[in-house]
Amino acid sequence: MPPIFRPLVPVAALALTALVAAGCASAPVQQDGITINDPYEAQNRRVHAFNKGLDARVIGPVANRLKGSDEDDSAPRDPDAPIGPLQMVINAGRNLSLPVKSVNGLLQGKPRDAGANLARFAVNSTVGLGGIFDPATDSFGLTERNTDFGQTLAVWGVPEGAYLELPLLGPSTQRDAVGQVADLLIDPLYHLLDGPEAGAVFGLRVASKAGDRARFGDTVDGILQGSADSYAQTRLIWLMNRRFDLGETRDDYDPYDDAEVMDPYQD
Amino acid sequence: MTIMTPMTMPRSWTPIRTDRRRFLGLIACAGGAALLPGRPAFALDSAGARALIDRSLGEVYQVINSGQPAAQMYQQFEAIFARYADVDVIARSALGPMARQTDAPVFADYRQSFQGYIGRKYGARFREFIGSRIEVTGARPLKSFYAVTSVAHLNGRAPMEVEWHVSDRSGQDLYFNIIIEGVNMLASERAEIGAMLARRQGDVTALAADLRQAG
Repeated sequence: MPPIFRPLVPVAALALTALVAAGCASAPVQQDGITINDPYEAQNRRVHAFNKGLDARVIGPVANRLKGSDEDDSAPRDPDAPIGPLQMVINAGRNLSLPVKSVNGLLQGKPRDAGANLARFAVNSTVGLGGIFDPATDSFGLTERNTDFGQTLAVWGVPEGAYLELPLLGPSTQRDAVGQVADLLIDPLYHLLDGPEAGAVFGLRVASKAGDRARFGDTVDGILQGSADSYAQTRLIWLMNRRFDLGETRDDYDPYDDAEVMDPYQD
Repeated sequence: MTIMTPMTMPRSWTPIRTDRRRFLGLIACAGGAALLPGRPAFALDSAGARALIDRSLGEVYQVINSGQPAAQMYQQFEAIFARYADVDVIARSALGPMARQTDAPVFADYRQSFQGYIGRKYGARFREFIGSRIEVTGARPLKSFYAVTSVAHLNGRAPMEVEWHVSDRSGQDLYFNIIIEGVNMLASERAEIGAMLARRQGDVTALAADLRQAG
């Protein structure tokens, strides 16, 4: 295990135990055809209040400042214009996530996706100057195949489990929480690099996430600070999006499944 | 567009029960919807649904690329929404069972506030599409309506799937739901409006006032 993550394991174990202990089981409910399995809601809502406060006081203001230093987005953006520093950080951090995505592609039995991510990593790390630029997409049409170990577990048939809101990391499920820890442990970059380099890679990836938060800040603010029940809204939106990404909408709510389509004209 | 050959014609015309979707698709492609008994001559088809979304997106991008101040953009998004979406049924669905117990003038007031709220809320999201393009990729019949699929290409991000549900049940061809990467607008708004209504103990007039400040 990469040494910098060794302290994380007891923390993660403790968090999961606490969650299980706090759970007063309630059965999953259907909301407009979407399954909400949230037996730890009381605990999750406390974590949500913490995350929301943190976002309002720390993450949001920092993200807005980052965004302010980048280009003014009220003007139409020319796709050929040079990218700003914010996008460079987002790109570089995302590029470093490609090796572990490639590993997950292999674990899921999708060698083509694994190959595409690896080829992207090779092109953008070299021609793209360490991933700052994205010639893989621009010149070769080689887009990212986004994946993670949570998806690998889903492919292997592990059930989603209960909904969780994790401190700092935000919405998750029991399956995805395990996946998030596993992704750190199986990432080839952390095995190939030693202490300070692994730390730098980790830092850049965190910065990239922060950059995404800055770029899509209006959406996050809208849901988190503008919602009447931001916990329920975050949970619903996150679950719909996550199940869509995993191709798991079919089990409960699927817009392609005639019987489950929400049809307001039938009310 | 599918060309009907003598071989495929009988197969697609007879077994409505076994392959209704394909049947409808072929009918739509042949432009023969008017021939179906019991359907009005102007009935919606895949091509019509697709054209509606194409026109609507064209107008959205005109606004996005105009470089106007945000407030002005939101007003224009609201106007586009009012023109192409079935605001009445969306507002009704978002209000849930309370819609049936609400007097017409109170509902009309709520509906108007809801329309402005959607214009601002989704307008803010659309502004994040600056520098992107959306490509309409297909349309197919689904239940009692049509699903139009499109792909949004954003700078430095994986392409996003956006699906539009179009219906003519209001008497006009209008869309009533947008599903962005699995996130269903109608489901989200039903939850959100439900929470706002609960906060006001079921008072729709107070909800309408809140909506004018929200989004």
